[in-house]
Amino acid sequence: MRGFRVQAKIKSKKVSNILVKAILYVIIIALSVLFAFPLFWMISTAFKSNEQIFAEPPIWIPKPIVFENFSNAWNKLPFNLFLKNTIIITLTATIGIIISSSLVGFAFAYLEWPGRDIWFVIMLSTMMLPAQVTMIPIFILFTKLGWVNTFKPLIIPAYFGGGPFYIFLLRQFFLTIPRELFDSATVDGCTSLDIFIRIALPLVKPAISAVAIFSFMGHWNDFMGPLIYLRSTEKYTLSLGINMFRGYEGITMWGELMAVSLVAAIPCLAIFFIAQKYFIQGITLTGLKG
Amino acid sequence: MNRERRLRRKKAIEGYLFASPWILGFFIFTAGPMIASLFLSFCRYDVLTTLEWIGLRNYKEIFNSDLFWKALYNTLYWVVIGVPLRQLMALILALLNNQQIRGKPLFRTIFYIPSVVSGVALAMLWVWLFEPSVGLINTLLRFLGVNNPPLWLGSEEWSKPALIIMSLWGVGQGMVIYLAGLQDIPQQLYEAAEIDGAGIWHKFWKITIPLLTPSIFFNFIMGVIGSFQVFTQAYVMTRGGPLYSTYFYVLYIYDEGFQYMHMGYASALAWILFLIILFFTLLQLKSSGRWVVYERL
Repeated sequence: MRGFRVQAKIKSKKVSNILVKAILYVIIIALSVLFAFPLFWMISTAFKSNEQIFAEPPIWIPKPIVFENFSNAWNKLPFNLFLKNTIIITLTATIGIIISSSLVGFAFAYLEWPGRDIWFVIMLSTMMLPAQVTMIPIFILFTKLGWVNTFKPLIIPAYFGGGPFYIFLLRQFFLTIPRELFDSATVDGCTSLDIFIRIALPLVKPAISAVAIFSFMGHWNDFMGPLIYLRSTEKYTLSLGINMFRGYEGITMWGELMAVSLVAAIPCLAIFFIAQKYFIQGITLTGLKG
Repeated sequence: MNRERRLRRKKAIEGYLFASPWILGFFIFTAGPMIASLFLSFCRYDVLTTLEWIGLRNYKEIFNSDLFWKALYNTLYWVVIGVPLRQLMALILALLNNQQIRGKPLFRTIFYIPSVVSGVALAMLWVWLFEPSVGLINTLLRFLGVNNPPLWLGSEEWSKPALIIMSLWGVGQGMVIYLAGLQDIPQQLYEAAEIDGAGIWHKFWKITIPLLTPSIFFNFIMGVIGSFQVFTQAYVMTRGGPLYSTYFYVLYIYDEGFQYMHMGYASALAWILFLIILFFTLLQLKSSGRWVVYERL
């Protein structure tokens, strides 16, 4: 009698477990659809003709697929030029960030110098500083240097440490390298620069990839910087170009707007799919394991 | 002895050389400008003419300006409602992704993708989705029987909620941090609780949430700091409107500083923002002792 009851209990637990699992799948799939949908809609709209865009009920998958939105947008504004400008700024700034933040991260992780710990605390606290507090004097400085309407204000600062977030991320990675590796190299007569270039850098490639990715995305999508510093259309980045394009003819051409937005989104999406694991690593390391 | 001193000096020089990009950058782009903007906040200055010391007048004008209070209210609304909602969404996604189900990497990727696309492209996509007459959201709402769906970005009442709804799509980073926190919780704790007869609910509130508090704390601190600086969405999607309903604080700083060249006034605004953010950050740090659990088994 008792055995039977226990069996029934186990059985009902199994049934309820299956039920819980089923509900879980329903929720997670529903949320996935919800999360994937906006981007799907951007792609779908970009490849539709105007009749399809305004059709009711909505057409989910364009038929036929048209490319006129891209050619029309490209005929109205020099998006190739905007793309070129964005690539120049993004790449040169990212190189600066990689070089300077890895040097500084190495100094904080491995080198011994007086005041290091105080500087480290100062660096961390600057993470909490809103950019607006320094934005205006920096703008005045760059104005006096004659750098407004050039790419310099968007690139040069990247070579000065590259920001506390990147330095912190790289320091955390350098700390995971066993110290003995460095010490034995020192005994062999290597200078710190040798150690940095030959031993440390190759070992933190994943971290450098993470920094490169975050920096690329940050600069690629940056809006406020270009908005403040770039004045003439031929200097515009993609972000400014898209913003200009929206109100260009007084009426918004949704297909064309989604086409240019899609082009701006593709590099970030591509990098994410190629380097997903570095992303996750980078976020978790800076987010938690302080 | 002498050799050791030489070695130590060499090390010091080396350290400072390696750190010099950031230390120089700190003086040129952080410390210097901070002092300069504090000084400017007591001045009238438009870059072209000479600088004039006007004492506290900028601050008096700011506190008497309706636009300042409006922008501050909008920004607080965005922070106080937006940050907890985003954290909740990130936590739900992380919890779902921490269950024993198939296809986890795929779901995690799908939830993360919207955070990859940011800036103007994302803003334009949501302008299109929120479009009142032909946009997808209202088309679906009408299909579901809502006869007069909101005008979203075109309505004073719905513009802020619309921006908050949109921001719920971009919680990928928070999700990843919560997920890492969840995976750090030792499995034995759950097993021990099960032996004691604890149910799902009990385990969630007594084990998961307490051990997740460091991640929650970190996400809240960074979320609040970031949210006070909201700019691009509002600038691109609504330009602060309609009727200033999405006129956030940084838009106000931008307009004063870069549209009207009121550098002193804008600097004063920036310093007030800095102090507000500092206040909220310290408040959270101070309260953390009461609710953040740091013990790890």
